[in-house]
Parts: sequence; C-alpha cells; structure tokens
Amino acid sequence: MRTIQASDITDTVASMVRDAGVRLPDDVKAAFRRHMREETTPAAKEIFRQLLENAELAEETGLPLCQDCGLAVFFVEIGEDVRVEGSLKQAIEQGMIRAYAEGYLRKSSCDPMTRANTGDNSPAIIHFDFVPGDRIRIAFMAKGGGSENMSRVTMLTPAQGWKGIREFVLRRVVEAGPNPCPPIMLGIGIGGTFEKAPVMAKHALLRGLEDRHPDPAVAKMEDELLADINRLGIGPMGLGGATTCLGVKIEMAPCHIASLPLAVNVQCHSIRHREVVI
Amino acid sequence: MAEFHLTTPLTDADTTQLTAGDVVFITGTIYTARDAAHKRLMDLIDSGVQLPFPLEGSIIYYVGPSPAPPGRPIGAAGPTTSYRMDSYAPRLHALGQKASIGKGKRSDEVKAALRENMAVYFGATGGAGALLSKCITAARVIAFDDLGPEAIRELTVENFPVLVINDTKGGELYAKPDLAAVGLD
Repeated sequence: MRTIQASDITDTVASMVRDAGVRLPDDVKAAFRRHMREETTPAAKEIFRQLLENAELAEETGLPLCQDCGLAVFFVEIGEDVRVEGSLKQAIEQGMIRAYAEGYLRKSSCDPMTRANTGDNSPAIIHFDFVPGDRIRIAFMAKGGGSENMSRVTMLTPAQGWKGIREFVLRRVVEAGPNPCPPIMLGIGIGGTFEKAPVMAKHALLRGLEDRHPDPAVAKMEDELLADINRLGIGPMGLGGATTCLGVKIEMAPCHIASLPLAVNVQCHSIRHREVVI
Repeated sequence: MAEFHLTTPLTDADTTQLTAGDVVFITGTIYTARDAAHKRLMDLIDSGVQLPFPLEGSIIYYVGPSPAPPGRPIGAAGPTTSYRMDSYAPRLHALGQKASIGKGKRSDEVKAALRENMAVYFGATGGAGALLSKCITAARVIAFDDLGPEAIRELTVENFPVLVINDTKGGELYAKPDLAAVGLD
C-alpha cells in the first residue's frame, strides 16, 4: 500500500488547473493552424488567426484564454493499492480554489436560485473511480457555460438506432449554431442509463483531438459524424466555413433492453484540459 | 463589407449606415452587463429609479471579465452568449440603447426591436478574451459590485473590433446551416 500526502495532491492540482486556464493544448493549436490553411473564406481564416493570437497572448501575459474560466470538472482514478494521508476530495478542491484565486481566473459558480456567487469557484465537480494499481490519475477540464448550455441528453428508443443518434446529434449542432463558440468539439455518450450517458459524454471530451477510438466501429461513427457536421457550413463563430467541429469523441456502455440513452456534450474551441498521474 | 470607426455614444446616423458583415472599431465608453445585471436593470426601470449609466446612444457589452491582474485594467474580456439577454433587450432598446456586443443568435423579438429603434447587434470573437482585453484601456465598476464578475462596469475602449451581425434593416450575418447536405430538412 502506497501513501500519498494530501498536500502534494493540492500542489499538483493547483499547478495543473492554473496552467490549463492560460495555455491551450498543442493539439488544439495545431488544429487551428491546419484549419486556418484549409478554410477558404477571409472571415473563417480571420477567426482562426485571432484564436491563435489570443493563445499566444495568453501564454505571454498570463491572462486566461477566455474570461469564462469554467466550472472545474475532475475525473479521478484511484488505484486500489494507494492510501491518501488526509482527504483526497478536499485536496483536489483546495488545489482548484487556490488556482482560481492566484491565477486571476474568473469564479463562475453560483447558487442556482439566488444566483449568489460562491466566491471561490467551488464546489469542484469530481467523478471518482477505482482502478487496479498504486497510482492516482487526475484529469481536469475547465467547462465554460456557453457551450455547456448547448448540451443535451435524450432517451431514444432502441428502434431509432444509429439513424436516430445521427439525426439528434446533427440537429443539436444546427440548433446551437454560433452560440457555443464554434469550431466546437463534441463528446457523445451512447448507452448506460439516464445519468451514465452524459458522464460518458463529458469524459469523452478529455481525449485528444487526434486520438483514435480503439474500436474501429466506434472510430467510424466518430469520423462520419465529424464529416457530416462539417458539411453543415456553420463555420468558425457561425460565420460560415468548412470547420464547424474539430473532433467527435464517443463513449459507449451497455444499456437496458428498453433504452437507448444519448448525451451530447458541446465543448467550445477553447479546449482546456490537463491530466496528471501521481 | 465596409469598415467603420465609431465613437460612443452612437447616433441613428451611426447605426443606419451599417450592414450585416461590416467591420466596426469602437472607441469611447461602453457598459458591461450580463444575466444578473440585466435582471436588476429591469427592477430599477420598474421602480422608476435612475439607471447607473445613460442608455441613450449606449452600447452594452455582454461580458463577465476575469479579475484584473496587477498592472492591468481588466482580465480576459470576451463576449458571452447573447440569447440569455433576449428577454431584456427590446425594452432597453426602446429606452435608447443603440447596440449590444455579444456572440450567438438573437430572437425574432430582438431583431424586431433593432429595426424599430435603429439599433444594431455586434458580434465579438468568442473565446478571444485575452486578445480583446488589449483594446480596453480602463475599467471601473459603476453598479452592483456585489455581483462580482457580473457587476456593471464602465469600460474605456480603443478600436474595439466587432462585426455587424444584425443591422437596422433586418439583415443578418450568420451562415444558414446546410441541412440538405446531410439529408435533413
């Protein structure tokens, strides 16, 4: 049994969260550069130019990439042979709170009814899972409200199958239009139960843009959806163009014989996530 | 697509010359307000209390900036999604607001209010918060300090870049999705 100090986890989380707010992952910047070359209209090219300049400026100045620094979402895998000296949950939350305060990141968490801001971006949304081994894997994403509002969950009938899934996803992207800051990334959860599907959809957003799903059948579904979405012509910031979506990532799980749960989690172009293994 | 440099407050002559797709650089004073601040502005209007800034010719920027680090007037300050302010905007336009800055689609009611009041809807690049903050030279909270990022701020801007999304004549810039290309109608 390995022992990890809670304070070490707090330090690691604080550093990871702060960095995520100001530094866009390399794969996202590379995608911006590639799509800027491939776009044919001046408006679409100009949006990518601005997004790349914004990313550069954020790194230089330490200003956040976007004023919406998001709610803090964590996916944590805890090795069954590891013990935390102190509270793991509190350690993660304290790291997050410190990062948002010291990094001048915007605190966006508020009471759903009074709308009073909690003041420190707490609570963190944390999903825990147990895995074999003696390590802890912590993945973080900053999830902005504009794109999150465009996300949906639905319960299809088994008869609707792939055709129904495809149509729901495409209609969601059409309805969202320019609102969620396209080019977007989509996380899709298929199967499980009513609550499992959106958790899978969110988890899928942690994958890199170039990451291929290990199951060729699922990879094919992702490719088809991505190509279809980009045929819609919504384009960067809704101004028209070939790039409406940067990547589609699907997670699936067995579901009830009566059900076909489907969740679509929309991610804006500011794809801010980090992962650390302790 | 033409390019314009406008100074606040805006007049009918400023707004009616604009067409969807035009690029505009704004210089002067603009006011920030988003969800909670709009709700409170409505309460003030209902009770006949004077608003914290003059609506006549005004531009409201839908933004909740990140905190200003030392040595800077403001943090990242890109637009938030505008449709959440749709239920408030027609009333403010009727009282003199000349433009809003945000991102995303507006309702038919807002578009009608723009035509009726010779007002426009500007789009700024969503997610370019660090870049847009470069055009903001001063910022101070003028109302609802308790709302934190949602407080109303008076911003001094220089050549703040926006696109005309909805103009005074019913024109709109956003691309219509090609449903036929994917077999939907």
